[in-house]
Amino acid sequence: MNNARVKLLLNLASIGLLFLILYLFSRYGTEYQIRILNNMAVFITLAVSYNLVNGICGILHLGPNAFITIGAYTSALLTMSAAEKQMTYIIVPLVWPLNVLHAPFVVSLLAGGLMATLFAFLISFPVFRVRGDYLAIVTLGFGEVIRVLANALQGVTNGPLGLKGLLPYTNLWWSWGVAVVTIIAITKLINSSHGRAMKAIREDEVAARAMGVDPFKHLLLAFLISAFFSGVAGGLLAHLITTISPTLFTFFLTFNLLIIIVVGGLGSTTGAVLGAALFAWGGEALRIVERPMDFGLFKIPGIPGMRMVIFSIILMLVIIFARRGIMGRAEFSWDWLLARLGRSEKG
Amino acid sequence: MTGTIILQQLINGISLGSLYGLVAIGYTMVYGILRLINFAHGDLLMLATYLAIYLVGIFALPWYVGFPLAMLSTGLMGIVLDRCAYKPLRDAPRISLLISAIGASFLLENLAIVIIGGIPKGFPRPEVFDHVITILDLRIQVLTLYTPVITIALLFGLLFIVYRTKVGKAMRAASKDFEATRLMGINLDRIIATTFFLGSFLAAAGGIMWAMKYPQVNPFMGVFPGLKAFIAAVLGGIGNIVGAVIGGFLLGLGEILIVAFFPEVSQYKDAFAFIILILVLLFRPTGIMGEPIIDKT
Repeated sequence: MNNARVKLLLNLASIGLLFLILYLFSRYGTEYQIRILNNMAVFITLAVSYNLVNGICGILHLGPNAFITIGAYTSALLTMSAAEKQMTYIIVPLVWPLNVLHAPFVVSLLAGGLMATLFAFLISFPVFRVRGDYLAIVTLGFGEVIRVLANALQGVTNGPLGLKGLLPYTNLWWSWGVAVVTIIAITKLINSSHGRAMKAIREDEVAARAMGVDPFKHLLLAFLISAFFSGVAGGLLAHLITTISPTLFTFFLTFNLLIIIVVGGLGSTTGAVLGAALFAWGGEALRIVERPMDFGLFKIPGIPGMRMVIFSIILMLVIIFARRGIMGRAEFSWDWLLARLGRSEKG
Repeated sequence: MTGTIILQQLINGISLGSLYGLVAIGYTMVYGILRLINFAHGDLLMLATYLAIYLVGIFALPWYVGFPLAMLSTGLMGIVLDRCAYKPLRDAPRISLLISAIGASFLLENLAIVIIGGIPKGFPRPEVFDHVITILDLRIQVLTLYTPVITIALLFGLLFIVYRTKVGKAMRAASKDFEATRLMGINLDRIIATTFFLGSFLAAAGGIMWAMKYPQVNPFMGVFPGLKAFIAAVLGGIGNIVGAVIGGFLLGLGEILIVAFFPEVSQYKDAFAFIILILVLLFRPTGIMGEPIIDKT
């Protein structure tokens, strides 16, 4: 067997193994474990797509929360039944044709992704006119504008009340299925000529331009694909939590994604996956610091906000002292693993 | 709409705008030297209001001692912020610096939640600023009149430092070229620290007046004034101190007047500033007073 086929088999085997583990969890796992696993998958999707823009293209985009919002609302509006919508929109009725549209879950996810892509396309022209700090603040501003719109356009989003009682369609298969598809699609993109062009823009935009790379075209491609997967993940998130409101999708969400990809290593998909998994697990594990603690001799009352203090400190420590994060820009590869295994057998 | 109401709104707009302007000065000065959006600038504003609450409310200092003390301490906090979050990253890629700034901002906000608690606190408004006067049928809180005056006074003080003292000269040099400044025997770190001190000092002044205007202080109160002040700085031409104040006035006036004339769009008030930002970046990226930014990489 040649090398490529071995790797393909190994890839398929590891996906098979992943789904076997998921099956075992779905049969025997507790509800709490399943929730963490679902969160993990959604965060993996979000982080891998966010890393495509921030890590691979090297531009600081601070508005993924906008695309997640758009995806979540689009998807939720499509899966809710007409009767439910009438009950939810008490203050201002839902505008036509949204009040009659209804679609199965998978269509709603795709629609969420496409809607996010459409918005990304619309704002890409002002966004890519600028670079660096300005781009960061424009995208951050876009996130805020979307939040303001979600609050104000009551006929579409039901305003601050949000949407309640969505059906919990998102299960382990959906969330991990999307995560796997996202990882494969984005890895393929990164390893293509487009991906190399994006990395060239990251390293030196002027030099890349001189080599005939069109920065706008490639940044736009990364931005749109990232927005698509963020939108799909938004739909998954909506049907996981089953209640959405504008307060759910603040800059805070973007901040969490930023921590994930910085800790994982900016520019590494493997790093984004590891960071997301650590975050989903660590975020739960760290909840103990916000609970009252009893050390027998003395008691500490619960401190709300402590988790975020710890996260912020981790982010700053990583960026100041270990800028490469866990993976740097390296990726996991079978060659590397097989070489390691071979060496340990010999040694 | 009668003339009185328009006049009233104009005064409100100028007052709000001068607050944006004060905070924008800090952004513009730091950006001028480090090419960095100091995301934590708005949170220093929040810190200043809490310091003022504690100094005046708990230590029972009179306001004319407590407020300046809070401003000085915030200025020092600005230096500490630079030392901890930005100084280790002077030679790092800009994206790292920005991420560190965002991290510092969240750290300050959440530390405030942990230490002080998330429940909004009232702000002790001194008598002097509290009473309402009536001029030509207009009922105006004196604070609204004092705010632009204090802003202009502080602006002139700052302009004196920047254009008439040696430190100011060094600051202007540093904003043009780091290496050349260093070669002239100037201690760059001290100049940057001075910049942070002055910027944070003015943000504290803005924050304290903000809190007197809207006396609800909470750990996230600095976020929106911070973002809008940054937009004001871009509107005025980033790197230009007078521009920042002009941008602040324009943004404040624009926000108040739009809501006054078109009350139906008041829900979208917070989006207005960002739309201005996008328009400025599209059509006049250097802002009103700005010169083209020298890319210091």
